[in-house]
Amino acid sequence: MTIRNNMTLSSVEKNKGLAAAMKMEPAGVIGIIRGSGMKGRGGAGFPTGAKWHFAASAKGERKFVVCNADEGEPGTFKDRVLMDEWPDLIFEGMTIAGYAIGAQEGILYLRGEYTYIRKALEECLAKRREENLLGNHVLGNSNFSFDIHIHMGCGAYVCGEETALIESLEGYRGEARNRPPFPVNTGLNGMPTIVNNVETFAWTSAILVNGADWFKAIGTSKSTGPKMLSISGDVECPGVYEFPMGTTVNDVLDAAGCDCAKAVIIGGASGHCLPPAEFSRAICYEDISTGGAVIVFGPDRDMLDVAESFLEFFADESCGQCTPCRIGNVKLLEGVRMLKCGKCSTNCLRDLCALGETMQCASKCGLGQSSPNAFLSIVRHFKNEILGRACTAAES
Amino acid sequence: MLTTQQDRLMGEINELVEVHGHDRSALIPILQDIQSRYHAISDFTMQVVADRLEIHPVEVFGVVTFYSFLNEKHHGHFVIRVCRTISCDMAGKDAVAQQLRSDLGIDFGETTSDGRFTLEWANCIGMCDQGPAMLVNDHVLTHVTPERVHDILAACEKTFGPHTPQSDEEHTL
Repeated sequence: MTIRNNMTLSSVEKNKGLAAAMKMEPAGVIGIIRGSGMKGRGGAGFPTGAKWHFAASAKGERKFVVCNADEGEPGTFKDRVLMDEWPDLIFEGMTIAGYAIGAQEGILYLRGEYTYIRKALEECLAKRREENLLGNHVLGNSNFSFDIHIHMGCGAYVCGEETALIESLEGYRGEARNRPPFPVNTGLNGMPTIVNNVETFAWTSAILVNGADWFKAIGTSKSTGPKMLSISGDVECPGVYEFPMGTTVNDVLDAAGCDCAKAVIIGGASGHCLPPAEFSRAICYEDISTGGAVIVFGPDRDMLDVAESFLEFFADESCGQCTPCRIGNVKLLEGVRMLKCGKCSTNCLRDLCALGETMQCASKCGLGQSSPNAFLSIVRHFKNEILGRACTAAES
Repeated sequence: MLTTQQDRLMGEINELVEVHGHDRSALIPILQDIQSRYHAISDFTMQVVADRLEIHPVEVFGVVTFYSFLNEKHHGHFVIRVCRTISCDMAGKDAVAQQLRSDLGIDFGETTSDGRFTLEWANCIGMCDQGPAMLVNDHVLTHVTPERVHDILAACEKTFGPHTPQSDEEHTL
């Protein structure tokens, strides 16, 4: 049982939002999304309405809607659940987006590890084509034709970054591009392209049914709407939860069943580590921003193991294009291993932190910019625990 | 490689190019299909694909070596990818990994000498709430215990053979 609390999306009527959108001008649809104040559910928090507006006003023979289902952030699995439970709402949201920006083609970029979900998604697409929810003249609208196909990823975490994803779609190595130009102007094949998270598209369908004001009434003034969270680690009931934006970490822990957490990492491997003193902070874009991963650590967990695991991950997944990320993650990993066997001097630790900060500002894409986050926050909050270790087996 | 094998491979690549197209964007889908049929992408294959798409073979090599689901080295019929990320780690992935090593007699990154199994680590496969988790080819297994390892491998063995359609795999696992 992965879904743990009441999900708003269960009560959203399928295809009602799309029917409503077809009766509006594209600008009206963008107006509703802008009015809802929705920000991207992938975690970066760019206002969805603004992104769509830029893509709609950009000039291009063709335009593309890309759904980023390359869910690879450690600790995140809400998109898997969304695709299992509500594929229609996702494809509907993509179709609405296509209408709003004037696109003819949608692509769902599904990570290779989720190949087993593909069959059900293809069946859903086939059914939607039969019902004229996709294809020529969607729902009889003579000005709008739109189709969606699925593109399989190939096992590369960095392809979750939107420009790397586009490179991968074009058949290249998934190496991030310089931004600007942004994909909304120069995206797939040089054409205006929007790349949104799976959850963003699902909420789009809900907003078109329930209205922008409904969405805005949930959450905080700067972070509107509900958010799906993937909760794992040392809790009684791990799974996917829905909370209004602005919910505190304490409330999340209560819901998932954990009263003795020593630390919580919000945002997965690229997120921040919080000690109990900061559990009153809120999960929202203005406080702790996240794509939805919440990993909880009980009192007996060694935070250096956590840092080591995440840095192994980044050293493995760095695309190698820019030096701060390619070398930096390996150096941080070496540093954590030195700390583990008690051989890291205080000066050396200070240098490691300075390296982490350099990576945050000098890396080319979000991967290298955020990979030191967990290490730096663990050092900040658990310094007593990580310094002065006795030499152990880790040494040999 | 025998000339007849080369001819057959070239024929199959031509068919794949017909299906996926001649554009650069067809490269990864073509390579994915070759990987799943042959469990490896050989130098010869890369050269033929490059020729058909009119790009340099180095471009194909660059793509094959970038993505972890595309491999130059021969992979087993069953590729077992154990999630090593923190949630599965806390749920006990080490014990499962050790049992897989013992039962298969290989370490991670290796393939059994009979070409049946390859053992690899995977980074987060999105089953953090049901760890330890692993993938056997495209099939996901959750709450894996060291005790279950033998049965999982036995189920794979049962479906291995020239006359067994691959789709049976999913029912038996």
